[in-house]
Amino acid sequence: MLQILNVKGTVNFLRHALPISIFSAVLVLGSIATLATKGINWGLDFTGGTVVELEFSKPANLSAIRTNLSTEAVGGAVVQNFGSSRDVLIRLPVKDDFKSVDQVNDVMDAVTKLDSSVIQKRVEFVGPQVGKELAEQGGLAVLVALICILIYVSFRFEWRLAVGSVAALAHDIIVTLGVFSLLQLEFDLTVLAGLLTVVGYSLNDTIVVFDRIRENFLKLRKSTPEEVVNISITQTMSRTIITTGTTLVVVVALFLKGGTMIHGFATALLMGIFVGTFSSIYVASFLAIKLGINREHMMPVEIEKEGADQDALMP
Amino acid sequence: MLNKYPMWKNLMVIVIIAIGGFYAIPNLFGEDHAVQVVATRGAEVSASTLSTVNEVLKSKGIAVKRSELENGQLLVRLNNGEEQLVAKEIISDALGDKYTVALNLAPATPEWLEAMGGSPMKLGLDLRGGVHFLMEVDMGEALRKMSEAKVADFRTDLRAEKIRYAGIRNGAKGIEIKFRDAETLTKAENFLKSRSNDMVFVDKTVGDDYVLVANPSEAYLKQVKEEALQQNITTLRNRVNELGVAEPVVQRQGAERIIVELPGVQDTARAKEILSATASIEFHMVDQKADVQAAMSGRVPAGSELYQRRTGGPVVLKKAVMLTGDHIQGAQPSFDEYSRPQVSINLDAKGGSIFSNVTKDNIGNPMATLFIEYKDTGEKNADGSVKMKKIEEVISVATIQARLGRNFVITGLEHAEAQNLALLLRAGALIAPVYIVEERTIGPSLGQENIENGMQAMIWGMAVVLIFMLVYYRGFGLIANLALTANLVMVVGVMSMIPGAVLTLPGIAGMVLTVGMAVDGNVLIYERIREELRNGRSVQQAIHEGYGNAFSTIADANITTFMTALILFAVGTGAVKGFAVTLMIGIATSMFTCIVGTRSIVNAIWGGKRVKKLSI
Repeated sequence: MLQILNVKGTVNFLRHALPISIFSAVLVLGSIATLATKGINWGLDFTGGTVVELEFSKPANLSAIRTNLSTEAVGGAVVQNFGSSRDVLIRLPVKDDFKSVDQVNDVMDAVTKLDSSVIQKRVEFVGPQVGKELAEQGGLAVLVALICILIYVSFRFEWRLAVGSVAALAHDIIVTLGVFSLLQLEFDLTVLAGLLTVVGYSLNDTIVVFDRIRENFLKLRKSTPEEVVNISITQTMSRTIITTGTTLVVVVALFLKGGTMIHGFATALLMGIFVGTFSSIYVASFLAIKLGINREHMMPVEIEKEGADQDALMP
Repeated sequence: MLNKYPMWKNLMVIVIIAIGGFYAIPNLFGEDHAVQVVATRGAEVSASTLSTVNEVLKSKGIAVKRSELENGQLLVRLNNGEEQLVAKEIISDALGDKYTVALNLAPATPEWLEAMGGSPMKLGLDLRGGVHFLMEVDMGEALRKMSEAKVADFRTDLRAEKIRYAGIRNGAKGIEIKFRDAETLTKAENFLKSRSNDMVFVDKTVGDDYVLVANPSEAYLKQVKEEALQQNITTLRNRVNELGVAEPVVQRQGAERIIVELPGVQDTARAKEILSATASIEFHMVDQKADVQAAMSGRVPAGSELYQRRTGGPVVLKKAVMLTGDHIQGAQPSFDEYSRPQVSINLDAKGGSIFSNVTKDNIGNPMATLFIEYKDTGEKNADGSVKMKKIEEVISVATIQARLGRNFVITGLEHAEAQNLALLLRAGALIAPVYIVEERTIGPSLGQENIENGMQAMIWGMAVVLIFMLVYYRGFGLIANLALTANLVMVVGVMSMIPGAVLTLPGIAGMVLTVGMAVDGNVLIYERIREELRNGRSVQQAIHEGYGNAFSTIADANITTFMTALILFAVGTGAVKGFAVTLMIGIATSMFTCIVGTRSIVNAIWGGKRVKKLSI
């Protein structure tokens, strides 16, 4: 059979745990520092404002558009290419004395002078109030997700593992946000959806490892917690690599082929998958060990092997 | 260890996948170009309309693919886009302006499939193009209207009961009713309490200032807001119908907002004008005792207010509203005998009886028609909401000649105004002004582009995953690939079956992602089987243990992902919700196909016999 990972024995993953944890901590602190200094490049969904996407019949002259826009009294417009040289995105900030209709009309007046056959592909206007609420709701959603997961994992596994998994998730979110902040990538609603998907994905990974840890604690009675964790990670390694691989493949396909409107989503996922895979091995398991997880903690779990009592219904 | 599925289990797998597949079929047929006919008020789409339409189209040589009458609307399917445009004009000429004729794209699902409940997935605006509005209802205005009505009620009630009050006004603390002594206050309080239990009365007497303050109770406040929202939704729905848009969405969001989605609409200016216009009319009696000159210098009698006539000049009207626009059932623009524009109005039964009582008591007195319009001032309030300006004008003052019933006319308008007022009144007045807080327009070409991009990503991602699984796991890989394909078909089938599910661009992303993540279940199982084999288990044991041990892992991992998707669904809006829906469906179907589906094939091939080697 074809094997990606063919190891005899157990890899001592935890040997590198300390330096890697320090690296993780630096990553998190660095992200927080970037977030604090540079902040997030909030997209239209959160700040409010107007976006007009245009398609020109020939490659667009951005500086001419900018000049024309300023003469049409549309101040503070950001003009950029969007996908191809013919596609242009114009962003207008929220103004106190504006009307979205007038603003869009002014933009259209300005650009039709340059190209009479320009097509208005998309117009989005979001009021500042709505944006603020969305940002609050988004933050709340992430928080609620983390709390629900904490409760579920505590209930199904053990609180030390739950803390480990939630710490790993927080790690993933912070680092992904940090990268968005560092590169000043636009953070819109689809990125938020991506971020929450990262939470789901990263947790998926963590749970697979934890499940094995729980099983091995019960099976390998003579091993130390470190050994159990190492064995569990080694055993689940091929699966982790394969699943990460297939998911990455589709996300890359989304990134390359999915079009500009879901670029942000794909970017968030792309980074999240890397960070998430890594954190489920190092952050989650290592923290659980540091919190003193051992065999006794696993004993009182009553539903130890779901497969056994599910046989009648499920395979 | 036999690894055999009982017959019923295999059958169940086949039936479930077949049902999913069956309901996915309508998506293969695409859409027909169609023309939709909806009746505006006063008309009806009936079987005779259907035959009229069919006949005119036939006489002009346009072939009708299929025409159907459903839910009071007519849908005529045509063979192509050019005929669709021609047909639309022919039909609107033939039917006249009592009907709204609109272009539409109707699913080309064959009738037998439709009869069995089959329909394709509904596409979101980002995939089909159109306008999305998020509108906010001005609750402050709704509450102000409510308390004004209460002031009028209190005044009438106290007068009827012969309880003397010194004054009633809408103050900062609520409705303030002043009395001359404590005794009358107590009497009034007891009386008013018995009359309206939705208000809370508090005695705010200070010294010789005998003041009773009334405020709406929490429950009543909530009820007023809820009614304002519901009434506005109904009104907006009526107005959207006037626009003649196929499959519009008018939906509440939260406590104060309304979503309006108009697929296929490109002329946003007109849509906006009709939707956010907040014109309404009210009928007031003219205060004949009032001195207009005094009122202009600020001495307006209590219970009256100074207004401007449209034609110029002040007029003092009583504050009490005789009748509001809410009761107007129909309104048509027309001309009077001097060919001056007018609007003929007919009221609903309740409005009719109110109006007939009012006019009976006031024969010989002048009554004014007040036109109220809310205009966006372009300024913002401190909280970022749009500041609206209320424009009130008296459009006509006429002496009531006789008792008026349910039908009467309003004069004093210009031609275009009469037309517009009639349209707005017909569509119903908004109880409180609404303003647009979010607007998204997506061109049809972008929608098409989004679908193509999504499909491309799906095809590429899926191809790589399928090839990898086949190479890496061989026989079992093929089975996983079957499961993956079945999974995708089932997601499409379930999406088509659920009435509220809408496919959006992020939804397609969710489907693509499902493809990548759905193999996880099979990878977990297969890696486990390989492990068992390496540990020296027999083939049958390895299969059994592999599926058994992987089950709890798969369940835990998927339940947690499902939870995050559920949270996304709960807090998300529009596109994010679309993504969450496909993700949730994908998780559910992939668990089924990867655990039960593949097991059934594995059992059928390798189970129950002596096998030396597995193709894994």
